[in-house]
Amino acid sequence: MQAIRHWSVRHAGPLERLYALVERLLKAAGPVLARIGMARLERPVAAVERGVKGLLFDCRMCGQCALSSTGMSCSMNCPKSLRNGPCGGVRQNGHCEVKPEMPCVWVEAWAGSQRMAEGAAIRHVQPAVDHRLIGRSSWLAVARGEHAKPAPGSPS
Amino acid sequence: MTQIDLLDFSRPYPRLPGHSSGGRLERVLRAGRFAVTAELNPPDSADPQDVYDRARPLSEVCDAINATDASGAHCHMSSIAICALLTRAGYAPVLQISCRDRNRIAIQGDVLGAAAMGVGNILCLTGDGVETGDHPQAKPVFDLDSMSLLQIIRTMRDDGHFLSGRKLTTRPAVFLGAAENPFAPPLDFRAIRLAKKVAAGAQFIQTQYCFDLTRFERFMDQVRDMGLHEKVFILAGVGPLASARAARWMRENVPGVHIPDDVIARLEGATNQKREGRAICIDMIQRIREIKGVAGIHVMAYRQEELVSDIIVESGVLRGRAASAHRKESV
Repeated sequence: MQAIRHWSVRHAGPLERLYALVERLLKAAGPVLARIGMARLERPVAAVERGVKGLLFDCRMCGQCALSSTGMSCSMNCPKSLRNGPCGGVRQNGHCEVKPEMPCVWVEAWAGSQRMAEGAAIRHVQPAVDHRLIGRSSWLAVARGEHAKPAPGSPS
Repeated sequence: MTQIDLLDFSRPYPRLPGHSSGGRLERVLRAGRFAVTAELNPPDSADPQDVYDRARPLSEVCDAINATDASGAHCHMSSIAICALLTRAGYAPVLQISCRDRNRIAIQGDVLGAAAMGVGNILCLTGDGVETGDHPQAKPVFDLDSMSLLQIIRTMRDDGHFLSGRKLTTRPAVFLGAAENPFAPPLDFRAIRLAKKVAAGAQFIQTQYCFDLTRFERFMDQVRDMGLHEKVFILAGVGPLASARAARWMRENVPGVHIPDDVIARLEGATNQKREGRAICIDMIQRIREIKGVAGIHVMAYRQEELVSDIIVESGVLRGRAASAHRKESV
């Protein structure tokens, strides 16, 4: 649903605050979740995450969410799965080289980052995707304190 | 252990202190000279002579020859094979690696192989989408992006291990490059993206074709404000347009190429459009050379290679310097 995804980018600021809250809650709940068993929780939590983030961001469940560094525009919707910025093929109207009818995910990401308090995170270099994590819950990864970090030496 | 007799040419030049490669391009740039690189149009052929025939005229006017990696997602002789042929004959190539067709396992192997063959320069690219090429049915790989590719090769070179952490016994001595397109949206993000590439390991940049000087100057202003011109050598992409029709076709069909209307109008108004295209290119080179922070040019003359040496010589960018991407003497 591109319409909702564009709404999310336009509301990147409030969503960022909501996300920060969710992150704090997840970290606080970490020990409780660990007691229930992360492995047992993986499937149901991933299903909920897929539903919520799928609706809001067209999330592709890469399992290593970087939305807070990409202006709340899910970069896995880029046909080249670019995690670090737009390719050189972006059309003059700001649309995708590969899918001409779709606005470039990274043009949206840049716009979204301008609306966020921590939007400068878009400047961090993101490491290559770990394909083992695809389909797994990023939320539980946050609760475990395993959230993806930018590569060292990233410009601030 | 028996030493295998290599042709002298395939041995790299000795590396100077502080240099990443033993290559000529890095030497020229670090010496503060205005560098010239040129793109070789890869043959649709299995004949090595086709590569040499195209390399020879380019090598006389440039410091390194780019071997493209199925650019525009069109099949041609592979960049790694072209580099093998070139280094074998004493030419200095820039190996282009695109993330579209190979995953991290294949690419890291190619990096070691390339360095072993004497390739001193690698250009890290994301690559054009398969949809733009002649095999739109193909599976796009994109396991890495240009940024993570830079990081991985830098790690191999500087830390001596694969992405997996497994150690290398000899590190690849390569000068690392990346591309940038100052002419594609989001324009304000382009210099920041360049900063990311520098942070990821880019030492030189070859830009997309520059036909819009105003936009390029604005980009370079931002680059200088961020101090990036002191951290990375920027080579501006240039090339001749064959005609107004060809320019329109490129603008419509080649991803990322931006040609302003006034350039097309200038071509259209000329009696000899091909000559005018060449004149526009020389003009552009001379104006680009004056921009602070530009370290050189990268010439791409698709199907007009015969013009490259005249364009470079006439533009005067070499300032009497003898450029050569071919080694006259062995080391």
